[in-house]
Formats: sequence, structure tokens, C-alpha cells
Amino acid sequence: MRALKELARQPSALFGLAIILGVLILALAAPLIAPFDPDNQMFDGLTLEGAPMPPGGQFLLGTDTLGRDLFSRLLYGARTSLIIGLVANGVAVTIGLFVGITAGYMRGWVGTLLMRCTDLMMAFPALLLAIVLAAILKPSLWIVAMVIALVNWVQVARIVYTETRGLVERDFIMAERALGAGHGRIVFRHILPHLIPTAIVWGTLGIATTVLLEATLSFLGVGVQPPQPSWGNIIFESQSYFQAAPWLVFFPGALILVTALAFNLVGDALRDILDPTQRGRG
Amino acid sequence: MLGVLTKRLLQSALILLGVAAITFVLLYALPADPARMIAGRSATAQTVANIRHELGLDQPLLTQFLHYLRGLLQGDLGRSYAQKTQVVTLIIARLPATLVLMAAGIFVEVAIGLTLGITAALNRGGLTDRLVMASAFVGVSAPQFVVALLLLYLFAATLGWFPMSGYGSFAHVVLPAMTLGILGAGWYARMARSAMIDVLNQDYIRTARAKGLSARRIVLRHALPNAILPIIAMIGIDIGQFMGGVVVVEAVYGWPGIGQLAWQAIQQVDIPIIMGVTLTSALAIIIGNLVADIIAPMIDPRIRSH
Repeated sequence: MRALKELARQPSALFGLAIILGVLILALAAPLIAPFDPDNQMFDGLTLEGAPMPPGGQFLLGTDTLGRDLFSRLLYGARTSLIIGLVANGVAVTIGLFVGITAGYMRGWVGTLLMRCTDLMMAFPALLLAIVLAAILKPSLWIVAMVIALVNWVQVARIVYTETRGLVERDFIMAERALGAGHGRIVFRHILPHLIPTAIVWGTLGIATTVLLEATLSFLGVGVQPPQPSWGNIIFESQSYFQAAPWLVFFPGALILVTALAFNLVGDALRDILDPTQRGRG
Repeated sequence: MLGVLTKRLLQSALILLGVAAITFVLLYALPADPARMIAGRSATAQTVANIRHELGLDQPLLTQFLHYLRGLLQGDLGRSYAQKTQVVTLIIARLPATLVLMAAGIFVEVAIGLTLGITAALNRGGLTDRLVMASAFVGVSAPQFVVALLLLYLFAATLGWFPMSGYGSFAHVVLPAMTLGILGAGWYARMARSAMIDVLNQDYIRTARAKGLSARRIVLRHALPNAILPIIAMIGIDIGQFMGGVVVVEAVYGWPGIGQLAWQAIQQVDIPIIMGVTLTSALAIIIGNLVADIIAPMIDPRIRSH
């Protein structure tokens, strides 16, 4: 609650929140707002020469190379981006919490093994790995989400590990242990609640990374597959045409940027608020 | 120092081995059949089986991996399925282009990032500071391929200042380097700003001010050398990340580096090349981190004792 109040006091965070809310509404209400069926290749959606229609007139943001309404496709694309952003990042944060807490709490060989695994993942070229996996696994929305989760959990795990190690040393955990509390009780009642701020911060910042990664994969043609619209694959489909129809790159590109920016702004503000050691800096 | 270094090198070798094992299992266990890709759509089952046997793909996974490792120890990354050439040869041929791009990209991002970050730190809380931080945020949130396409549209297609794609002259490197630089500069600007603010708050800077030194001298000679450490560590990490992230920029600009090599290989399920590039990238990441760790104590004696 305090966090929300402080958040509301920062203009940049408010700006970010407003954008997130806007994109969310557009995505949820896509069927109500969209003037056309996003998959309909309209006869009058192309010029007489067969080129896409520029923005303005009947089609608010113009049409794509197949004569589909760009505005409608962007609205449905927002759904794709947000679903993948939430699912992929939710899974990544969950894996990160699980690995980080287990490694930090267990110590011994289990902890060492898990942390060596994250070392290994840190040395992996993440983008390359994601592209390879997505390409080989015949991409679909859920596969793309899982691939992104698979490369994005590592950072969360490392931060959670460090924090858990610190918590385990603290007196109140020692006291709890002396009182005979079981591992389950200590982890769920005492460690996990202290990690919620971290999870919230990375849950927000991570969505920005995820939205960018999904767009990149889709742009390369190994992400979400057309005709299902995603901001990345709209650009992928019109890439060879972008000199004649720059709006096909500009509008989806701007949406990707603004959405990632919004999550970064809010996540960064949350970090300042929830992490007292960062407070007063910057 | 030497003991620590030996330990780190040993760890690095183990990590590399782990990366090799995981990539190998992923590539060979996943449902992509390179033999079928090579044979083509109309091939008979017999042809596919023959090719599979020729490539050793009918062997157990462990046998294949040990075979691969034996080659790896001798610097042999195997032979490309599609191009029938040694993977090492292909990677070495493509590496210079990527290194040129990397050097240019890192130069641009450090130059822009440091300038902006220091300017912001000196004007802390002011309008300049806020503008710089806002643009840094935009920079780190921008999708690489969109920036690449927009720069192409603006400076190549519309204004005609630079070529659309290719490799070979200074003009070719400008737009790809700018793409990388604009995006990376945001991270450097934020880091440089917070490092500078930490240093500027310290007593010796106040002493320098009291002595009446010029602001320019204080920043360049007294503050910057102490703020540079996190930035150098970041360049090390950047070098590593670069190799794996170069696919997009090289694809958009038709830059003939290892990113493009990897991208073509991915589309052809040319596993030896994918393995080779992944390992090269992992090696770059490990070396980048090592370099950052080794250089840090040289610059900052405080770290040496640890």
C-alpha cells in the first residue's frame, strides 16, 4: 500500500502505469475497438497497384502488404505481447525463486550444484539459445513463452540466492529454528515473504525484457507465427517492403518501445521504493 | 593472484564443457532431423538412413558427444552439413567482421554513454540530468531491430548517406555501429552517472575543489579514474553478450559475421555450425568476464587484497 502511494508520487512511474493500463485496455477490449477483422485480407485494403494503404482515411493506421487493417492487427498483437510477457516472465520469476531459495537455504552440495547451473546459464548466449530453441521447436505462442522463461530465470535466481543467504544468517530465522520450526515453515512463513519485493521488482522489469525478446524472435520469424498477429511478426512480414511503407515498421515498433519503456519505468521506481538500500541514491 | 587465476581458468573450462554438453543434448535430442534436411523432401527412407549413418547420427548420444569432445580438444568443431567445410574455418573467416562491428559498437556506446552519464552526474537533479536519464531509459527499452530498420530508412533509403547493407568500407559500419551504440549507451549512461555521483560525494573531491582546481581537471583527473571501474567491468560483460546478440543486427544489415553464419545455420538445421557459434559465444562471455575480473584489481588496488 505504501509502495503504491510512493509510486503515485513519481511522475515517471505514473506515466509508465498509465501506458501499461492503456495497453492492457486495448488488449482486453480488442474485439470491441478493432474496426476490422485482423485476419481479413480486404479487397479494398490494397491500392490499385497492390501496395498497402497509407495511414489515414478508411484505415486509421493503414494496411499491411496483404490488405489487412494495421490498427486491428496491432490491437490483437497487444494481446500476444502481454500474454507472453506475463506468462513467460511469471514462469521465469517462479523458477528463479525456486532455484534461488533452494540454493540459498540448502547450502551443501544441492546449493552448490544449483549455483553452478546458473553460472553455466550465465555463460550461455541467451538470444542465440532462444533463437535456436524457438526455430527447432516449431514455434507457437506457448513454446515462445517457455523458451523466453528458460533463458530469463537466471538473473532472478542469482538475486534471490544472495538475498536468501543473507536472510538465513539473520537472528529471527535462527530463533525460529531454535524453536523447532520445520524447513517448510521457515521457507514459506519467513523467507518467502521477505522476497516478495524482489519478485515484484523483477516481475515488472522482466516483462520489459520479455516483450523485447518476443518481438525480436517474432521479427526473425521464429516467434509467434502469422497469421496470429504479434508486434514483432507484423514487422517481420513487411520487412522487405518497409521503404515503401515505413508505417508498417514505425507503429508496431513504437508500441514495442513504449510498452517496454513503461514496464522499465515502473519496475525501476518499484525497486527504489521497495529496496531501502537504493533509496536516496540517484 | 596466480592461484586465483588458475582456479578461475579451470572453472571457465568446466563451464565451457557444460555449455557444450547442454547445447549438444538440446540440438540432438530435439525434433529436428538434419539428415532429412540434407536429403531433401523427396528422399527415400533409405537415403535418409544412409546420410544419418554417414554423419554418425545413428550412434548413441553419448558416443556422439564423446566423439565431438575429442575433436573439440584438438580444435576441431566438425564439418558443416550444408557447406561441407570445417566449422572452424567458417568461424575464423567470419570472426573479423564481427570483431570490427563489436569494436565500433562498443566505441560508440561508451563514447555516448560516458559523455551523457558524466554530464548528468555534474548536473544532478537538473533538467539536463532528467533529460539524459529519460533518454537512457528509452535507449534500454528500444528493440534493436526497429532501431536498425529506422536508421536504414532514414539515413540509407531516404537520405542516401550510407549504404543499405554490406561490408567493406567505413560507411558500411556506421549504421550498424550506431544501432548498437544508441541501444547500449543507455546502460553506460546510467552506470557512469551513478558511479560519478558516488565519487563526487567523497571528501577528496571536496578537497580538490577547495584547492581551487578547475572543474574540468577535477572530473577528468580526480573523479573519472575512480568511477571507471564499474564501466570497465561492464565493457568486459558487453564483449561477451555481444557475440550472442549480434544475430539481429547482422541479419538486418547483411553483415557477414558469425551472427549471420549462425542465422543461416539455424534455418538449415546445420548443427555443427550452431554448436560452433554457441561455443564461440560462450567462450567470448567467459573471456569477457575474466578480463573484467583481471583488469579490475590492476586499476583499483583496493580489490587486490581479496
